[in-house]
Order: sequence, then C-alpha cells, then structure tokens
Amino acid sequence: MAKVLMKGNEAMALAAIKGGCDAFFGYPITPQNEVPEYLSYHMKEYGRVFVQAESEVAAINMVYGAAGAGARVLTSSSSPGIALKQEGISYMAGSQLPAVIINVMRGGPGLGSIQPSQGDYNQVTRGGGNGDYHVLSFGPETLQETVDLVRQAFDIADYYRNPVMIAVDGLIGQMMEPVDLDNEIPKMDLPPKDWAANGKSGERGKRNTIVSLHLDTQGLEGHNLALKKKYDEMVEKEQRYEMIQTDDADIVIVAYGTVARVVRSVIETLREEGIKVGLLRPITLWPFPEKAFEKLPESAKMLLTVEMSLGQMHQDVRMVNEGKRKLAFYGRAGGIVPEADEIADEVRKLVGGSPA
Amino acid sequence: MKAQTIYKPTEGLTERQLTYCPGCTHGIIHKLIGEVLVEQGLLDTAVGIASVGCSVMSYEFFNCDTQQAAHGRAPAVATGIKRVNPEATVFTYQGDGDLASIGLAEIVHSAHRGENITVIFVNNAIYGMTGGQMAPTTLIGQKTTTSPRGREQAEAGLPLRMSEMLATVPGATYLERVSVHDPKHIRKAKKALQKAFDVQTKKQGFSMIEFISTCPVNWGMTPQDSLNWAVDQMIPYYPLGLFKDATKEEN
Ligand SMILES: Cc1ncc(C[n+]2csc(CCOP(=O)(O)OP(=O)(O)O)c2C)c(N)n1
Ligand code: SF4
Ligand SMILES: [Mg+2]
Repeated sequence: MAKVLMKGNEAMALAAIKGGCDAFFGYPITPQNEVPEYLSYHMKEYGRVFVQAESEVAAINMVYGAAGAGARVLTSSSSPGIALKQEGISYMAGSQLPAVIINVMRGGPGLGSIQPSQGDYNQVTRGGGNGDYHVLSFGPETLQETVDLVRQAFDIADYYRNPVMIAVDGLIGQMMEPVDLDNEIPKMDLPPKDWAANGKSGERGKRNTIVSLHLDTQGLEGHNLALKKKYDEMVEKEQRYEMIQTDDADIVIVAYGTVARVVRSVIETLREEGIKVGLLRPITLWPFPEKAFEKLPESAKMLLTVEMSLGQMHQDVRMVNEGKRKLAFYGRAGGIVPEADEIADEVRKLVGGSPA
Repeated sequence: MKAQTIYKPTEGLTERQLTYCPGCTHGIIHKLIGEVLVEQGLLDTAVGIASVGCSVMSYEFFNCDTQQAAHGRAPAVATGIKRVNPEATVFTYQGDGDLASIGLAEIVHSAHRGENITVIFVNNAIYGMTGGQMAPTTLIGQKTTTSPRGREQAEAGLPLRMSEMLATVPGATYLERVSVHDPKHIRKAKKALQKAFDVQTKKQGFSMIEFISTCPVNWGMTPQDSLNWAVDQMIPYYPLGLFKDATKEEN
C-alpha cells in the first residue's frame, strides 16, 4: 500500500485499529492527545469501544477489566499519566493480562514540561508498580517503526499475556512522516483466550477468575517463578536492536528513539573526518539488548551513551559492559533534543581531537 | 420418615468456606446475591468483581466468572468488562472504604456515565480488613483504631452518605439502601437486589444497592449487639429506602 503522510499520534492510533484493538480507555494529556481524539471518532466505525475515563487510574483499571474479559485493549498516556497507571500495570502483570500501552514521553519530574524527553527510561523499564514484574517495552526511532510495533504489540502482548509498552518521545508523537500501515508484519499463532472472565461460564462449563492475589507464600513464589520463566523467554527471544557501522568502529554511540536519528547524521560527519564511529540502537528497552553488545568488535574501545535524560539508559549500558570498555555519557534534559553538532563535538573530545 | 431437603446452599455460591468472622453480615449479603443470580438465570453470564476489603476473596465465593480489582477500582474494572461484553451481567462487591474513600471517583463516574452495571455496596462504617480504622462512613463519636476518642466532625467531617450523594448524579438509574439485620429486612433487601439486576438486564443503566452491614469484630461487639447497633445507630443516620428510580421517571 502507498505511504500516507500522518501525524505520529494519529498514525499510532490507526495502527492500533489495524492491529486488532477492540477497546481503548484513556485520559487526556499532552503530547499524546491525538491518540484518543483520533480513536474517539474512528473506533465506532469499526464497531469497537472508546471510553474517555475520569482519570488515568480509572483508565488503566478499565483496561484491566476489558483485558480480563479477553479483549485486545489499548491505553495511551504520557509520563505523569503513566505514573498513575503503575498500580494497574502491576495488577495486569500479576494477573497475566495482555494490553498495549502507548507512552508519549514528556519532560519531568512532576508536571515537568510537554516537550519531548527520554527521562522516563527508568519508569518504562523498571516500572513503578509493586512486585517482581516486567513490561516488554519498545523505544522506536521512526514513525514507520513505531506503527509497525504498535500493530505487532497486540500479538506480542497476547502471546506473553503481559502488558507491552511503546515508549516514544513527544517528537515522534507530534511530527508528520509518511507511513505504510498495511505492510507485512510478523503474525503470531495465538491460542484462544480460554482463561478470560467474560461472563460465558455457562457456555464454557467452568468459571474463570482473574486475580493477582496469592495468599500462601508457596503459592505466590510458584507464581513469581512462573512469571520469571516468561520474562526469561522475553529476554531470550525479544531483544531487538540495530547496529549501524559498528563493524570497524573505535567508538560506538548507544542511543534510542529520536536521539538515534540525530546520531545517524553524526556518524556521517565524523566518518568523513576519519573518526570511526558506529551506533548501537536498542529497539527493546526491556529486555535491554545485551546480545548487541556481545557482537561489538574488539576495536570498539569506548561506548558513548547519548540520551534525552541525565543518564538512565546509561546505567543499563554500564551493567552489560561489565567494565570491558571505557564508558562516556552525554545527555540533554528538560525537553531539549541534542543537536548533531554537540554530539559530534563530544565524540571528537573523547577521541582526543579538537572540536570543529 | 424419609429425609427431605428443606434448605440447601445456593448454587450461586461455590462450596468454598466463607472467610468472614462469625456474626458478620457479609455472608448474608453473599447468599442473597447468589440466590438472585440463580433465580434470574444470570449466573452463567455473570462476572463478579471482588474489591479490596474483607470481601477480597469473594472471587472464590461467587459461582461465576470473577475478577479481582485493585482497591477502589472495581467500577472501572466493571466498566471495562461490560463495554467489551455488553451481554454479560457485571456486578461489583465493594466495602465502604473501597467505594466511599479511595474509589470515590470511580463510583461517581461510573454512575455518571450510566454504566449498565450493578454495584453491591457493603457499608459497615469501618475498614474491616485492615483492623478497624476510620472510614468516611464512620459515625460521629464512633471509636475506631484511628479515631480512638471517637470520630470528631471538626477533624474528620461528617460521615458520607453515598446513596444520597449518587442520587444527585444524573446518570444513575437505581439506588436503594437496605439492611439485613432481621428476616423481614433480608427479604426486602433481596427484592432490591432483584430490581437492581433487573435494571441491568433491561439495559437501563447504573444500579447500586447499599447494604447496612455489621463488623462485630472491629466494632468490639457480640453479633447480636452489633445488629442492634446497626439498627439503633447506623440506620438513623443512613435511612433505608429508595433514593432513585429512574426506571419510573422514564415511564
Ligand atoms: C492501594 C491500597 N491501599 C490500601 C490497602 C489496604 N486495605 C486493604 S482492605 C482496606 C480497607 C477495606 O475497607 P472496606 O472497603 O470498608 O471493606 P471491609 O473490610 O470493611 O469490608 C485497606 C485500606 C490496599 N490493599 N491497597
Ligand atoms: S473484620 Fe468485620 S467486616 Fe471483616 S469479616 Fe470480620 S466482622 Fe466481617
Ligand atoms: Mg468497611
């Protein structure tokens, strides 16, 4: 199908419809408002459900209910709203319910700003809900990659029976780019949701219960271990990343989302100057793509993390690096997108050259 | 003489032993719900939402599909279930701490949206499960573990009357307060429940039945004294009766 020019948020909304989303529950917050706005109009055309909830807390609990009843459910929000959704996300992980969460990140802490930011890396990858759980999270770079992931996310969530988050910065939500929403994407073979509590116990011949409560310690530990097995499978199978010109690189920049886009042009400039620089771009934020680091060449003596935060993903880089390579960090905060020149200068400094 | 069955437990409840203290009226309310679901032929299509409180395990007691909700969020969970499964009979079972305190926004807004669900609200004027702390519904002068000198209006305000409050919400359809302190009132309470589920079956919108309930353990009373206290202290402040019936207004 031909590409269409769409605003990021609207493209994500349409991608969700195409991914088979049955129901959306959300609450207004900038910079993601075009997601619910688009869906409030278009979900009806497909005979699907749209509800504007009274709060993010209510929205995520509606998601929990609808997901428990077997539907493919979406919610979208931005940083402070995601903070409020953490309890519900923990409940869904605990009750093994699938759902897709779009997070169009803005600046923080607190009310912060409505400018693009990656300051929620920790919130996205660690979650703020209680208990031993993980949310499979993607940090895509382009709008095309974002919509492809939104469409796949419903399958992935159903497969693992776990929430999946698409974390983009406000720039991806707000910019316009040509996208193809009908291209081939991988489809998964999924079993029927015979566990759903959907009011069909008569038909089914047994009653279903959706619950995260396990009062006996043995029972809960067993449940925790079962969840862990699922997370291990995600770590094994779901790590996604892209490596750009890393084969001969002396220095590798680690960046995701909008920053990775900027870094691509930095690589071109620096390579012309003879500086061998590459890019390791995580696509999954959780699980963090450790496997990509194993593939780096011996020549890569240094890793430079660049983020729109003050060093959150950098902690993961430090962890997988295990002291092997020299590490450096460059970050901008407050909703500022680092410019190619500043990143290039940072690299020049690190390799001992002088800033251009 | 041949043995005759004159009474048996309702099939609306599972065989799991209830976890409530002796003399607690949660059990009577469960039984009524189970009976009504069976009698109205709704058990096979029902989804019950357990909340957080002494009734947290009710997902094990109602003999239908169930889902356990976070503290206060049962009406939002019910909304999600009902919207994607409009043919299911969806009900929540919530205490007063759950519904009138932490879950105030969710209950008001599901009523406001006119969600076609049924809410069972069990008002025992206290946080039972956590050991008897003050609830928004705790009476003036009532001693709890966090109002050890008795609730004072100056500090904690006056007890919240949820049925009266929701009656002011335009979207609500059916609201009634009942009690289960004697057989006569139990029969009346059952009628109210029948009506509430009937409202849902007829797709007429939001219904809530508030039950005056006892907590002998945290009130520090015998079961009989607590029934008397409910009648003498609670009902005067929380009068029984119908607060809204929009099915009549429509006719
Ligand atoms: C978010 C959250 N806050 C607090 C609690 C602790 N908690 C469990 S039950 C309860 C009070 C329940 O009281 P009520 O709703 O009146 O039910 P009852 O036990 O009296 O039937 C509280 C505060 C919790 N489980 N979750
Ligand atoms: S603590 Fe109170 S409300 Fe809870 S089961 Fe016991 S008597 Fe009933
Ligand atoms: Mg209570």
